[in-house]
Amino acid sequence: MNRETVLELNHIGVQFGNRKVLDDIHVQVKAGEFIGLIGPNGAGKTTLLRVILGLLSPTKGSLQISGKPVLHGNRAVGYVPQKIHLDPNTPLRARDLVGLGLDGHRFGIPLPSRKRRQQIDEVLSAVDALSFADAPVGRLSGGEQQRLLIAQALLTNPRILLLDEPLSNLDIRSAYEVVRLVSRIGREKGIAVIMVAHDMNPLLSSMDKVLYLAKGHAVMGEVENVIQSDVLSELYGYEVEVLRVRGRVLVVGGEETDLDVLDLVEGSHCNGGDVMIQ
Amino acid sequence: MSFLFQIFQPNMLSQPFMVNAFLSGSIVAVLAAIVGFFVILRGYTFAAHALPKIGFAGASGAVMFGVNPLIGLVVFAVSGALSIGLLGKRGRHDVITALVLVVALGTGALFLVITDNYATGAYALLFGQLVGVSGSEVVEIAILGVICIGVLSFLYRPLLFASILQEGAEARGISIRLLGMVFLVVVGITTAITVPVVGALLSFSLMIGPAATTQYVTHHPFRSMGLSVSISLFTVWSALTLAYDTGWPIGFFVAAISAIIYCLARFTAKRNPITFVRSQMKPKNL
Repeated sequence: MNRETVLELNHIGVQFGNRKVLDDIHVQVKAGEFIGLIGPNGAGKTTLLRVILGLLSPTKGSLQISGKPVLHGNRAVGYVPQKIHLDPNTPLRARDLVGLGLDGHRFGIPLPSRKRRQQIDEVLSAVDALSFADAPVGRLSGGEQQRLLIAQALLTNPRILLLDEPLSNLDIRSAYEVVRLVSRIGREKGIAVIMVAHDMNPLLSSMDKVLYLAKGHAVMGEVENVIQSDVLSELYGYEVEVLRVRGRVLVVGGEETDLDVLDLVEGSHCNGGDVMIQ
Repeated sequence: MSFLFQIFQPNMLSQPFMVNAFLSGSIVAVLAAIVGFFVILRGYTFAAHALPKIGFAGASGAVMFGVNPLIGLVVFAVSGALSIGLLGKRGRHDVITALVLVVALGTGALFLVITDNYATGAYALLFGQLVGVSGSEVVEIAILGVICIGVLSFLYRPLLFASILQEGAEARGISIRLLGMVFLVVVGITTAITVPVVGALLSFSLMIGPAATTQYVTHHPFRSMGLSVSISLFTVWSALTLAYDTGWPIGFFVAAISAIIYCLARFTAKRNPITFVRSQMKPKNL
């Protein structure tokens, strides 16, 4: 299938003072692709997201979204923030939160209209959230709130959906649900999905490609080709080992233990002993 | 009946100062309730607490220089708001608010001492007084109030967006910092016009009380704001009436009435919590 390129990063580099945060990132993402943006803390994942959102101009290189240069507040990019901390008494219904994605950037008071309601209902139904559309948003579970955040990002009909660690506060079951949901929406609507994650395991069955980021460098490709000991060792600049245990992937560092192992321990509810690598 | 006449004295509104107090009190009640909705949503309660006291320092300065206290209130409260907004670090305002507050209060104490016999005036500014607002001040309060309500209606959506989902709003091109500053200035002005009626020490109860109360009653944003406004108006009107009857400070009645309403709402909510049902629709196969 010949799909159009929606995101093109041309040798992007970002430098804060003397510190190179991103170096020569050269990546193309096609419509409908599901990309897992994986990497340890401090690898530059958030910086890369801010570049794609147009909140940060790269010091080197250029980027295009659907063939156009990136603008701040681009409607072609739907952004799902990491988490919301809401008081249980927050005076908003689920649909009010989602409505912010439709016209939250406009001035004035939103006038209720049938069209507005219909548009909001549509995305609520896309994330299976219609059943709690009128519930107080602060009382919903983390997984339910995450679905609302996704719905909110879909309202601009984006070509790319960026999710900043959407799984980090979810239990393992909700995490898998969110991944499947996003992957289904991406396929159905032809939206490219870039999901940032610490632990790649929940994404393994859904992602088309992995964009692995370490020390400001990136490799992108299919999981089997990228998540290999030699590829990642070169990226990290020191020996790391990729282990595949019962369909799960662990990246173990030579000097420091990579967070993927820790995440797996937390995420899969096993006690530490179960994942000790024999 | 005679009991009712004692509370609602028929000649109350034939007194010009009471008419002024009711007019300015009503404007302030509406504005404070709407501002309070956002103050609570954004977690700015400490700033809302500090700004009236910062404004109080300005008012005592204005008295010292012989200018209209309302000017001193507005200048100090707005500069206080701007300092808090400019010097605060990305959503964290606590420390800088405290510092601005103590600097202002210290200056206010100095102004009071220099002005010498300003004790009654200071008392009125701190606790509010019925004769605190003159006819020309009602007009000034009305103008400032209408401007603030206009700004809040204009910024309603981005302000709500940025208060709930800061990163999402930023990604959509909203300038979080500018928006936060404008909002703080609105809080400052609201404060400045609330102080002459309710007093500096207790005006913050009008901003927080009604908005905090409605959270236990509804989670619908417009209904919540409407209910806040009604509670706020009821609080101010009863406080003014009772203050007229008793000669006790308005600030006391405002604080007491809003606290009672808040407790009632919270107690009722505990017994009949807001419930919501996830309707029995089968989720689609993921």
